[in-house]
Amino acid sequence: MIDCRNLTKIYKNGDVETVALNNVTFFVEKGEFVSIIGPSGSGKSTLMHIIGALDNPTSGEYFLDGKEVSKLKENELSELRKDKIGFVFQSFNLLKRTTVLRNVMLPLLYSGVPIKERETRAREALKYAGMEESKFYNLSNQLSGGQMQRVAIARALINNPSILLADEPTGNLDSKTSKLVMEYFQELHDRGHTIVIITHEDEVADYAERIISIRDGKIESDRKNKKK
Amino acid sequence: MFLDLFRETIWSLAGNIARSSLTILGIVIGIASVITMVSIGQGAQATIQSSIQSIGSNLIIISPGAQRGAGPVSSGRGSAQTLTIEDADAIASQVDGVSNVAPEVSRRYQITAKGNNTNTQVIGTTPAYLDVRNIKMDSGTFVTDQQIKSSAKVAVLGPSARDDLFGTDANPIGSNIRIKGIDFQVIGVAQSKGGSGFTNPDNSIYVPITSAQHFLSGDNFVTTISVSAQSQSSMGQVQQDITDLLLKRHKISDPTQADFNLMNQTDIIATASSITGTFTILLSSIAGISLLVGGIGIMNMMLTTVTERTREIGLRKAVGIKKIYINLQFLSEAVVLTFLGGGVGVVLGWLASIGAKDFFSLNTEVSLSSVLLAFGVSAGVGIIFGFYPARRAANLSPIEALRYE
Ligand SMILES: Nc1ncnc2c1ncn2[C@@H]1O[C@H](COP(=O)(O)OP(=O)(O)OP(=O)(O)O)[C@@H](O)[C@H]1O
Ligand SMILES: [Mg+2]
Repeated sequence: MIDCRNLTKIYKNGDVETVALNNVTFFVEKGEFVSIIGPSGSGKSTLMHIIGALDNPTSGEYFLDGKEVSKLKENELSELRKDKIGFVFQSFNLLKRTTVLRNVMLPLLYSGVPIKERETRAREALKYAGMEESKFYNLSNQLSGGQMQRVAIARALINNPSILLADEPTGNLDSKTSKLVMEYFQELHDRGHTIVIITHEDEVADYAERIISIRDGKIESDRKNKKK
Repeated sequence: MFLDLFRETIWSLAGNIARSSLTILGIVIGIASVITMVSIGQGAQATIQSSIQSIGSNLIIISPGAQRGAGPVSSGRGSAQTLTIEDADAIASQVDGVSNVAPEVSRRYQITAKGNNTNTQVIGTTPAYLDVRNIKMDSGTFVTDQQIKSSAKVAVLGPSARDDLFGTDANPIGSNIRIKGIDFQVIGVAQSKGGSGFTNPDNSIYVPITSAQHFLSGDNFVTTISVSAQSQSSMGQVQQDITDLLLKRHKISDPTQADFNLMNQTDIIATASSITGTFTILLSSIAGISLLVGGIGIMNMMLTTVTERTREIGLRKAVGIKKIYINLQFLSEAVVLTFLGGGVGVVLGWLASIGAKDFFSLNTEVSLSSVLLAFGVSAGVGIIFGFYPARRAANLSPIEALRYE
């Protein structure tokens, strides 16, 4: 399902070149639950963006469901992001001056889903992400870091995506909410969704069946989680 | 789909009231000022032209005072007293090619009638004035030779003077008006000539020239002699003959020392068109500058939010919204802003030009071309600067757009 071959990403800033990914090759089966760990700056987010079809590698190929993503047309990419992928950004990326509910409903825009149903689904997703109902009409910039994170998670869930990609989804959450969210991810996994998360925390990484560790843009280890 | 687009547009504009209203303001200012300026400019031009046309054709105006360049601004006119009715009679009888000669004694007075009063030009003249100045009577009669002989206290009203003193379309014939404390009986009303401004002929009151001399000015001089030549082609010769005649009559041998001066309608039109031309250039530049300022305002508002909006576009793309919908949303935002601003601007500009009409009594008229020009430019600026950055952002990859500084 996720098929990365020799992915390399080099950021150029004037004369300075940063090699964020260096020849990364790995494969994730449909329905797998994978954790990616590694020190700060090791290239985890960069990799995740490529997997999520949000950015292109400098070289190497990336196939999603057998299709090479860099060869897809603009509209096919949009369809892919909308229908298959749920992405939780490390920095949340919520729409400013926009209510929690509208933020969560954003991926359903222009989808033909009636507005009533969008709202029902948004409320449900928010509940799974552990968001208090009293905050549903707050503007996104009036939320705490943890609340923003829950909105970001709910937004990634609303399309019921077959691939859920979450960059540090529990980084700002207390251990109770964190557990709630991870249990929901677990449930999705049990229902056959493919899940890739980036995390620092061992307890979170341990929900996955497989743990990939990255250092300096290279895969350092790729192992089955023995605790599972 | 369409409903979604509509909803997103409204939410987005309402969500950032400050940005939306400042953009609208820029458009309103640009459009309203262009419409107003152009309408005032055109109104002034039309007013000046109609005033000149209403003077009469093949007209030569002789006024007392030193010879100077042809200029209609006659600060010194009437200050020197050198012309007399006899001069006028001499011109009529001795110069060839003259069709009519009308001396006049004119001055502004406070006039009262039936409790109304107005301040206007009272012109003492002869029957020839009708022909020389192209005046037609609406009702009653003009001043007659008989009345001149007897210095009769009779008056003919211009239509606006009649309106001011007796009310619109009233019949004042037989009533009295009081000029400088002396009663004059109204014997006729002239037709409208459509001029306007300070020396609007519609506002004038005509009395026999002798009556004006006896009862009003108190001397034997005239303020102007109007001469109409028989044809446009004889104007030059007629002017020369009049000059020679008056120099002889006033016993002046050096033409540069003449105590009168001649002006013809061509001179007046030439001077006036150069003035209105300058005036139009001035107003157009003001309008152009307002449009530029408005445009820069719009551009500024659109561009200062580019960073934020680029990130928003990155996010929209990241959740799988198609580029076409993103473009459409930004386009429709820009269109809604420019049309709201444009609508308000057109209404304001229109009201302002109506205000100018009442206030400065100019024939202002809102021209369709100025509305279209102003609207076109601000809509163009609004749409280009609202839409172009969005279009560019929508072509970035979501991550590039989200990282945009
Ligand atoms: N847009 C960019 N331009 C230049 N360099 C970048 C850019 N984005 C990331 N980098 C660099 O690429 C490297 C990998 O960044 P990345 O964000 O993938 O790290 P990470 O593993 O997600 O770190 P963290 O755990 O702190 O989130 C870093 O050295 C970073 O400085
Ligand atoms: Mg990261």
